[in-house]
Amino acid sequence: MFSYEFMRNAFAAGTIIAIICGIMGVFVIARNMSFLTHTLSEIGFSGAAFGVFAGWAPLNGMLLFTVISSVIVGQLSARSERREAATSAISALFIGLGILFLSLANKNASYATSILFGSVIGISASDVRQMLWLSILVLLIVFVLYRFLKFDSFDHTGARVKGLWTNTLSITFLVLVALSVSVAAQIVGSLLIFILLTLPAATAKYFAHTVGGMMTLAIGLALVGVWAGLTLSYVTNYPVSFFIAAIEAVFYFLALGWQKLQTAE
Amino acid sequence: MSEPAILKLENLGVTFPNHPVFTDLNLTIRQGEFWSIVGKNGVGKTTLMRAILHQLRPTTGKVTYLPNANSVKIGYVPQFRNIDSDYPLTIKDFVGLNLTGWKWPWLSRKEHAEIDHILAETGLTKLAKRPIGQASGGERQKAYLAQALVESPNLLILDESTASLDPVTKTELLDLVIELNQRLHLTVLFVTHDIPMARKYSSQYLMLTPDGVEQGPISGLTQAKVWEGEKNV
Repeated sequence: MFSYEFMRNAFAAGTIIAIICGIMGVFVIARNMSFLTHTLSEIGFSGAAFGVFAGWAPLNGMLLFTVISSVIVGQLSARSERREAATSAISALFIGLGILFLSLANKNASYATSILFGSVIGISASDVRQMLWLSILVLLIVFVLYRFLKFDSFDHTGARVKGLWTNTLSITFLVLVALSVSVAAQIVGSLLIFILLTLPAATAKYFAHTVGGMMTLAIGLALVGVWAGLTLSYVTNYPVSFFIAAIEAVFYFLALGWQKLQTAE
Repeated sequence: MSEPAILKLENLGVTFPNHPVFTDLNLTIRQGEFWSIVGKNGVGKTTLMRAILHQLRPTTGKVTYLPNANSVKIGYVPQFRNIDSDYPLTIKDFVGLNLTGWKWPWLSRKEHAEIDHILAETGLTKLAKRPIGQASGGERQKAYLAQALVESPNLLILDESTASLDPVTKTELLDLVIELNQRLHLTVLFVTHDIPMARKYSSQYLMLTPDGVEQGPISGLTQAKVWEGEKNV
């Protein structure tokens, strides 16, 4: 399997994605932002379609759209009561735009499918390098802001009364999610990105009781899902995103069952 | 000799659009005092606390920390917290959240010691590893208190933080607060509707009413006076 360059690239990219999604996912879950993450992934689809239309690499189109829209979403949804409605409106608009750009670019449905559901074969060594640099940037920012992000994500009330700059933190965090979405979409596709950004962390929540512990477990679960998914996809020739989605969902349901048993005892 | 003043409110007034919350509030709070802030919902108790925290710019007057701007460190225990039974952090990790700043992501040995110390002070040492989502109401309130105290404040604000507790747990928590108040000379502002508790624990009171502000030694605060003050709300 590793004699093929595309598989080596896919494993390298998958490892980077699992690490970044494990870390960012913990904050996504703590901040109840699964739906917003899903929206950013749809915006990512639109951005990739725009990239294709403009003759850019899809990743660059994704970065442009997700980063700009994350700032807009952050501003619009500063008040939590209108977050869902604002997010739905933006989501609908961007899916529409994505379809328009694909149509303008004269690309066929299979191209849309590969943006939406990801592709293993399409990852080049230079893609891996670009993903690596983006991931290092995200991790550096998280490293610097870690204590503030941790306080604001896990105890927003406490952070607010302490006078932390919670609005700025929220928008910065959304930009970080936007970057992570763009990176991770390369393998699992923009439609299924929230699998890796939410499920491993949501599963880890039931077992770990420190933020560091949650991150370690979420990274581990994401790595298992990505590596096993890539291997099964190689062996069976079925889509990698199906396997990753199935594995992560099974982990999550097992965790739910385990938690139910614990509560029943 | 009286204790030094740590907080001074001079001619303080906050007006929201077309609605004066309070006006001309003058108050001096000295180190080690235990104040109860009483008054019906809507008279501006939390607004006053936000002004004291410098989170809200007063319309008139000023809030001064004494002897200088950096000498007052405030620990604040709010009324509400969004913590459900799935909340993943242990009590110790939750308390440590308040140790923010441009520091390494992980806690230093000194910071671990600080958290352990405050857990001991608040009687939470044995519960340190319990997920806070599974803790009882009283244990959670103690954890909120410990989080507010972990940075060693000299002024503690309890903003209706005992409101949802049963009488026994409330007494337990306030016994702890008064013990810290007396032993560590911690100044306390206790925002409450519970007049018997205010009378039991406080040394002074400040009552906000739509007609103005009244303050004095706690012996002057009676339930009848509070009802009288609330009539016009």
